[in-house]
Amino acid sequence: MIDGLRRLGRLALNWLNRLGKATLFLLRLLGALATLGKRPGLVVRQLYSVGVLSLPIIAMSGLFVGMVLGLQGYANLVDFGATSTLGTVVALSLVRELGPVLAALLYAARAGSALTAEIGLMKATEQLAAMQMMAVDPFARVFAPRFIAGFVAMPLLAGIFTAIGILGGYFVAVKQLGVDSGTFWSQMQASVGWIDDVVHGVVVKSVAFGWVANWIAVFEGYDATPTSEGISLATTRTVVNTALVVLALDFVLTAIFFGV
Amino acid sequence: MIATVAPSSAAPPDERPLVTVRGLSFHRGDRAIFQNIDLDIPRGKVTAIMGPSGTGKTTLLRLIGGQLRPDAGRIEVDGACVHELGRRELYQLRKRMSMLFQSGALFTDLSVFDNVAFPLREHTRLPENLIRTMVLMKLEAVGLRGARSLMPSELSGGMARRAALARAIALDPTMIMYDEPFSGQDPITMGVLIKLIRTLNDALGLTSIIVSHDVKETASIADYIYLISDGSVVDHGTPPALERSSSTWVEQFLHALPDGPMSFHYPAPPYAQDLSLDEEPSLD
Repeated sequence: MIDGLRRLGRLALNWLNRLGKATLFLLRLLGALATLGKRPGLVVRQLYSVGVLSLPIIAMSGLFVGMVLGLQGYANLVDFGATSTLGTVVALSLVRELGPVLAALLYAARAGSALTAEIGLMKATEQLAAMQMMAVDPFARVFAPRFIAGFVAMPLLAGIFTAIGILGGYFVAVKQLGVDSGTFWSQMQASVGWIDDVVHGVVVKSVAFGWVANWIAVFEGYDATPTSEGISLATTRTVVNTALVVLALDFVLTAIFFGV
Repeated sequence: MIATVAPSSAAPPDERPLVTVRGLSFHRGDRAIFQNIDLDIPRGKVTAIMGPSGTGKTTLLRLIGGQLRPDAGRIEVDGACVHELGRRELYQLRKRMSMLFQSGALFTDLSVFDNVAFPLREHTRLPENLIRTMVLMKLEAVGLRGARSLMPSELSGGMARRAALARAIALDPTMIMYDEPFSGQDPITMGVLIKLIRTLNDALGLTSIIVSHDVKETASIADYIYLISDGSVVDHGTPPALERSSSTWVEQFLHALPDGPMSFHYPAPPYAQDLSLDEEPSLD
């Protein structure tokens, strides 16, 4: 019993210790953002790496998720003669929840893990130490450009995921299952609010998810034990922690914006 | 063939040591790496810090470079106490010092040319054509002008270390710290590196600190040697003076003798106890 409590206490202290380290890291990171105005090329290069290269998986996943939503929605609504609301169901599901959440999870798996592994390897091969010895701050040169590029890319990827998802739903509902095209779009237009659904859903959520996903990814790389096992663990932690934090944060934001 | 480098302009000699270490203590967890050590690194010389693996030689370089903070004592570089400097002042000081890492630590996403140009682009506002000229001069000095377009993954170990050396001298530092520059190199590359370190030190008026356990190679170019073990300075002096040392430890280390004060075994409980035997097993 006492041993269990002691172990629990140690775990809690370790967790608080890491949270403190991550917060201090974030503060230094934010301090380094000011230097990026003079070096936009660093951010553009990272935008390509974390954003453009993530597009295929985001687009393909969005398409399939939208198609599944179209199929499932039709299968359930057809019994009630309510297939005219299929456009609304697909759009609201994607805009409020699935777009930002799934895009964030895919981003963590594709780009977040790559960020962690890259920074961890730079640490293991003494590239970060070499940079410091050359009087170059890795926060300004390495961490801040990656963080800000990911932060900018995440909402764009979520937007693309959502848009392609809606197109996937349209393809299945209208082209395959015979739902009227005009009804599909007009119902969606009438029911999906710009502020209430699009801004509170895909925009705010993906901005919040982008912040935490990139904070976790860059911090885990920075804090990785500089060994192959350490980098492997850090990469795993990035994906697992991002998934948990994104889902928990999604609940909080949903309760704030869409709670009854 | 190693290219010659033009000598730097003559300045009045400064007799004060460039680096002074006083009462340095440093621990990793409960393990003492250094206990109250003193040493001086003279200007314009090649000073070697030698000792067995795991004695904290690289740690000492990181302490001098301000990447680690001592638990006690004082480390001064050119009159500035390294661990009392703020980040901005420390970075200013680091522009005058350089370090060659054991792995070379080249940036893997940049070509050899861009690696050498990196500190110039970061710290100067020189036009690109001037940077190109300077980079080619540095690469010529280490014999890699023709390899400027290669990526680090395309270099051999010795070439990577020479490219890293070109990068280390890009900003014309006052001091260069070499972390195990000869380890894992073939005899020819080792000879090239030995000559390069000495040539660059003399031609550019540098102060060089070499951390190594390659006795013969390091002693051949060092002006002064510190031998450290178990957290303290065991002996120091010029290579000929250390050759004459009466210390059995120095003799064992310099001549690579298997028996001596340094134990082959890491501290452990009795062998028989570990094997749950009544008496010590015989190796016969």
